[in-house]
Amino acid sequence: MKKVFKLDEVDCAVCASNMENGIKKIAGVESAVVSYVTQKLLIECDENEVDRIVDEAQKVIKKIDPRCRIVR
Amino acid sequence: MSRRQKQNLYRIIAATLLFIGVAFLPLEGLWKAALYLVPYFIVGFDVLWGAVRNIAQGRIFDENFLMALATVGAFAIGEYPEAVFVMMFFQIGELFQNIAVGKSRKSISSLMDIAPEVAFVLREGEFTEVFPQEVAVGDIILVKPGEKIPVDGIVVEGESDIDTSAMTGESVPRFVSAGQLVISGCVNMNSPIQIRATKEYDESTVAKILELVEHSAMNKGKYESFITRFARVYTPCVVLLALLVAFVPPIFFGELTTWVMRALSFLVVSCPCALVISVPLSFFGGIGSASRRGVLVKGSNYLELLAKCDVVVTDKTGTLTTGKLSVTDYTDEETLKYAASLERYSNHPVAKAIVEKATEFFEAQNVKEIAGKGMYGVIGTKEVFVGNKALMETAGISCNEEGAIFVAADGKYIGKIKVSDQVKANAKDTVEKLRTSGVKKVIMLTGDGKEGAESVFDRAGLDEMYHSLLPADKVEKLEEIMQSGENVIYLGDGINDAPVLKRAHCGIAMGAVGSDAAIEASDVVFMNDDISQLTESIKIAKKTISIVKQNIIFSIAVKVGVLVLTALGFADMWQAVFADVGVMVIAVLNTLRTLKL
Repeated sequence: MKKVFKLDEVDCAVCASNMENGIKKIAGVESAVVSYVTQKLLIECDENEVDRIVDEAQKVIKKIDPRCRIVR
Repeated sequence: MSRRQKQNLYRIIAATLLFIGVAFLPLEGLWKAALYLVPYFIVGFDVLWGAVRNIAQGRIFDENFLMALATVGAFAIGEYPEAVFVMMFFQIGELFQNIAVGKSRKSISSLMDIAPEVAFVLREGEFTEVFPQEVAVGDIILVKPGEKIPVDGIVVEGESDIDTSAMTGESVPRFVSAGQLVISGCVNMNSPIQIRATKEYDESTVAKILELVEHSAMNKGKYESFITRFARVYTPCVVLLALLVAFVPPIFFGELTTWVMRALSFLVVSCPCALVISVPLSFFGGIGSASRRGVLVKGSNYLELLAKCDVVVTDKTGTLTTGKLSVTDYTDEETLKYAASLERYSNHPVAKAIVEKATEFFEAQNVKEIAGKGMYGVIGTKEVFVGNKALMETAGISCNEEGAIFVAADGKYIGKIKVSDQVKANAKDTVEKLRTSGVKKVIMLTGDGKEGAESVFDRAGLDEMYHSLLPADKVEKLEEIMQSGENVIYLGDGINDAPVLKRAHCGIAMGAVGSDAAIEASDVVFMNDDISQLTESIKIAKKTISIVKQNIIFSIAVKVGVLVLTALGFADMWQAVFADVGVMVIAVLNTLRTLKL
């Protein structure tokens, strides 16, 4: 299942690609895209695991930009 | 400006004022350096902190780290004003980039401002305002003039003109009345209509399209991956070069400070920001421009494919032709009159075309439709058959032709009627324009027989055609064409050619509004059935790519140029900061042109 979240806010394009690489490494994530241009995060994963994966994605994002959060 | 942008702006202003103040103070040496630290920290604390955090996490080649290193280095060798200035300029650039990106994001979303906000649903005898998401299938909804249709449905009461331009790019309003299907996202123009919802919001056209556009930024093309890879290599290379510049030449020439200063300038130029931002932003703009014209592109990779398309393979019905049948030839008026008299009892598209052409009718009795063959009826005392060759054979009439509708009365052959599909008025023009835009071949694949196919082939001026193909044959043919290694676009109506759409490098479904299956199977969707959208979208794609290329070449050329000048001592940190921030600003401004394609 694909799910899109809004990000508030990704500050730079390089950060976005770092976040993307980090989120792709989370267990259970089939694919992930962080778009600086649209300020969106797209995750493809199992429906039952969305909550856990989004929590972990938030941690990854926080490491790169502490002020950026996933809007749920 | 967002809250965060405002904070940054105030910091930059405060730091600038302090910086000027300190510059004019009659102080020397360490005192002055200490005072310069104040504006430096005000404007750059987040960069410094970001650098520290990144080092702790083992990521060193990031822009924060590079800026921190360059400015701290400048302080260390006594170039205080440069250090503060570089940091300030860097922050101004960041702020600008942030605002520009936000602006273009907003203007693209307003292009796609098609989401309905409310729906007036009939509940217990009254129309109540609810969110479109709360509408259930079967609900009766009131759409007042000026409002968007919230979900797909059928008109049950009232008639009005509706503006479909946001959905289809078609500027002529469509007149609808009871019984007609309307799609969500269109705007009702002049009088209230009531519709019965046939789909929930999430399944409605407008929601599907918004989802598609939303996801489009997620399909990255060749250029975007190139930039990501380039960025990964570029920064470490420049940092390495900086190290060499700082420590190798002084061995031969001395003057360590001069060379270290040059090396620090290298670091300032080492951020690939201009590219990393402008490339995806350009594609986003191009996709936005296309969607304003009713062309939905599912990702920048497909925009790239459109731009370098070599071969266009197209279906016939609904793409090159209108899909509406009409009488093109008939033996005589009597034939037409006999045929129409029976055909008016049928709903078959061929029958409708014949009835439309006829002006007079006989009274007929005992009319029967013989499925797959034609019509039978009694006119006066004569037994009349109207239909294909197979029907004539059952009626005991010999006929040695095919591909027409035959008429027989009282056991005698009367005449024939030819019915065919019309070639779109702009089909030939579009094919010619495709050639001038660099398409080498336009090939038609059709399930129709030779005769019908040939007439379309001639009238549209195509290069090749293959007829009498079953859906599976179409896929095979397409694969054969693709073996040449050229970029192949397939254009179809999306109704029965989903496998072909999927197989092509880039599959385009046209006239797809309201058809989920077509939207699903294709890479690019033309909302209306105007074939000239193909040339339009190729044009937009080419311009977008050329803006992307301009940005890539310009950014890299300036950066490399400044690196060389710096190494030779012709440029200093001030120029370096321009090469970084200025180039980024120019590149972003250039991308804004994609919004106006």
